Amino acid sequence: MAISEQEIRKVALLARLELTPEEARLMATQLSRVLEYMELLNSVDTQGVEPLALAVEVTNVLREDRVTPGLDRESALANAPHRDDECYRVPAVLGET
Amino acid sequence: MESFWELTARELSDKLRRGECSAVEVARACLDRIAAEDATVRAFLSVEPDWALSQAEEVDRRRRAGESLGPLAGVPVAVKDNLCVQGRVTSCASRMLAHFRSPYDATVVDRLLKAGAIIVGKTNLDEFAMGGSTETSAFQFTRNPWDVERIPGGSSGGAAACVAARMVPLSVGSDTGGSIRQPAALCGISGLKPTYGRVSRFGLVAFASSLDQIGPLAQSAEDCALLLEVLAGHDPRDATSLDRPVPRYASELEGAIKGLRIGWVPEHFTEGLDGEVGEAVREALRIYEDLGAELVEVASPHARYAVAAYYIIAPSEASSNLARYDGVHYGYRTDEKAMLADLEEERRLLRESGDEAALEEIDSALVRLYRRSRAGGFGAEVKRRIMLGTYALSAGYYDAYYLKALKVRRLIRQDYDRAFSQVDVIAGPVTPSPAFRLGEKTSDPLAMYLFDLYTVGANLAGLPAMAIPCGFSREGLPIGLHLQAPALEEVRLLRAAHALQRNTDWHRRRPGSHIAARSELRG
Repeated sequence: MAISEQEIRKVALLARLELTPEEARLMATQLSRVLEYMELLNSVDTQGVEPLALAVEVTNVLREDRVTPGLDRESALANAPHRDDECYRVPAVLGET
Repeated sequence: MESFWELTARELSDKLRRGECSAVEVARACLDRIAAEDATVRAFLSVEPDWALSQAEEVDRRRRAGESLGPLAGVPVAVKDNLCVQGRVTSCASRMLAHFRSPYDATVVDRLLKAGAIIVGKTNLDEFAMGGSTETSAFQFTRNPWDVERIPGGSSGGAAACVAARMVPLSVGSDTGGSIRQPAALCGISGLKPTYGRVSRFGLVAFASSLDQIGPLAQSAEDCALLLEVLAGHDPRDATSLDRPVPRYASELEGAIKGLRIGWVPEHFTEGLDGEVGEAVREALRIYEDLGAELVEVASPHARYAVAAYYIIAPSEASSNLARYDGVHYGYRTDEKAMLADLEEERRLLRESGDEAALEEIDSALVRLYRRSRAGGFGAEVKRRIMLGTYALSAGYYDAYYLKALKVRRLIRQDYDRAFSQVDVIAGPVTPSPAFRLGEKTSDPLAMYLFDLYTVGANLAGLPAMAIPCGFSREGLPIGLHLQAPALEEVRLLRAAHALQRNTDWHRRRPGSHIAARSELRG
C-alpha cells in the first residue's frame, strides 16, 4: 500500500518526530515499499485465530505491598538535559500565543 | 606457551583456578589484544582499562585470601552497549544517549560481576539494536574480522566481532529478531538466544519488549553454556522473567546424539539461499546423521510470513518504547533558544499571510521541543521504525496491520508446536548468505529486513535458538548453522551444538591478525 507524504507528515506528528521535506519524501517511498511487502499477510487466513502478544504466556505475579526504596531524586535528575534543584525544566506551556 | 587470547573461557577459567596465571595478567593481555586488534575491527564503543584492572586485582586478592569465587572469576567479558552498567555510559550507539550514564546495573551485569567476570568494555551495535549490520550505529562501523570490507552482522556486531578477533573470550548480546545469532554466524562464532523470560531484561534498553532476550556469544557451545549459566535465572525486577530452576548447562553438555530427531524445513533450502551456505548446512546435517541422529522433514507453512509479521510487531513495540526519549528526562535535547526562535518566526510568517488554520495547528513549544530533540537524537533507521510502528498502531490501521500480525504470530507458534511434536530440534541456515559488504544494503531497508527471514521465527515464538559455525565460503567467510528447540530446552540445543563441535573444527578457526591490516590501511 502506498503511503502519501501528507500521511507521513500526520504520522510524524503522532510519533513526535520532525522531518525535513527531503526526509518525508524518502520516508514515503521507503515505507510504501515495506508496506507493500506486508500485503503478503493478507493472504493468510486468520479467521478465528486469537492474537498472540507474548509468546511465553505468563500469569500475573503479585508481590507483597511493601515500600522499598526506588531511584532517588538526584539519580533520576542526573541525566536531565535541563533541570533545576528538584525538577526537569521544559519550555513554558501556558500563555503561548 | 599459548597466549591468553588464544584460550577459551573454560580453559582460561581452569588456568586461573589452578593458579597458573593471575586475573591481572589475563586482563592486561586482553587489554593489549584489544589495543592491537580493535584499531581496525572497531568492535568496542568504550574500553575500561582502569576498571578492568581493578576488578582483576580484586579477584586476585580474594583468591589469595582463600575466599570463594564465582564461576567466571578473572575471565574477561564484553557487554553490548544497550545494557546498563552503573555510572558508565550506555549509548545504544545513538546520539540520543551519547552521554547517558546508567543510574543502575542491568541484572545480567550484576550477575556477571558477582560471578567474578571482568567487564572490559562495551560493544558497538546498530542504533537501539535496530539493524542487521551494525551500520546504523551513530558512532562507527565495526568490521568483520574475516574480511574488513564486510559487515560483522548485527545488531550485536561489536559483540560478535570482538570474540571472533579473539579480543575477549565471552561477550553478552541481545537478540530481538536474530541480533545474537546472525552476527555470530557471520563472524564464525557461537551465539545463543535463550527462551523468552529465561534471562532477565532488567537494565536492557527496551527495543521490542515481547521479543528482546539477552544471551551469550563465545567461541564454542561449551563457553556459551558457561556464560548462560551465569546470565539465566529469575529476577523479580522483570515481570516476564521465568521462575524456573536454571540447569547446570556447562555440566550437561555430554550426551549421545544417537536417536536425536533433527527436523529440517524444505522451504529453508529453496529460493534465496546462497548455494555455499546451503551446502555447508546440509553437510552439518550429514554429520549429525553419521553421529546417529535421525533427519526428519517438517512443515513450517507460515515461515514465509515471519518477516512481514515481525516488521509490524517489532516496530510497533519500538515506537511505544522509544516514546520515552523526549529531550526532557534524559538524552539528547535540541537547542531550546534556536527552536523557540524558529517557532516564533514560523508564527510570524503565518500571521502575516493570514493563514489562521495553519496558525491554529502549529506545534506548541513543548511539542516542538519533543519533535526536534527526537529528530536530532535518532538516526534514519530508528526514525523509519518509529514511523512504521506508529503507522501500524494508528487509528484505522491497527486491525489491518498490528492485530493481523499478532494472529499470524500465533500461527507461526503453532507451526513450531506441531514440528516439535515430531522432532527434538530444528536445524537450518542462520542467514541467506555470508557477510555482505559495508554499504551494500544501506539504501534498501526491505532487503536488510529480508536478511532476517530464518531468525525472526524463534523470537516471535519465544523459543531458544543457537548459531554455530558449520563451514566457510570459498571466499573464506564463515557460515552458520541454526538450531532451534522448544521453550526451555537450552540443554538440548547446547548438547547438539557441542556434539557437532566435538566432531568438527570450524569453531576453532580464527581470522588472521589485524595489526598488519591496520598499517596497510594507514599506508
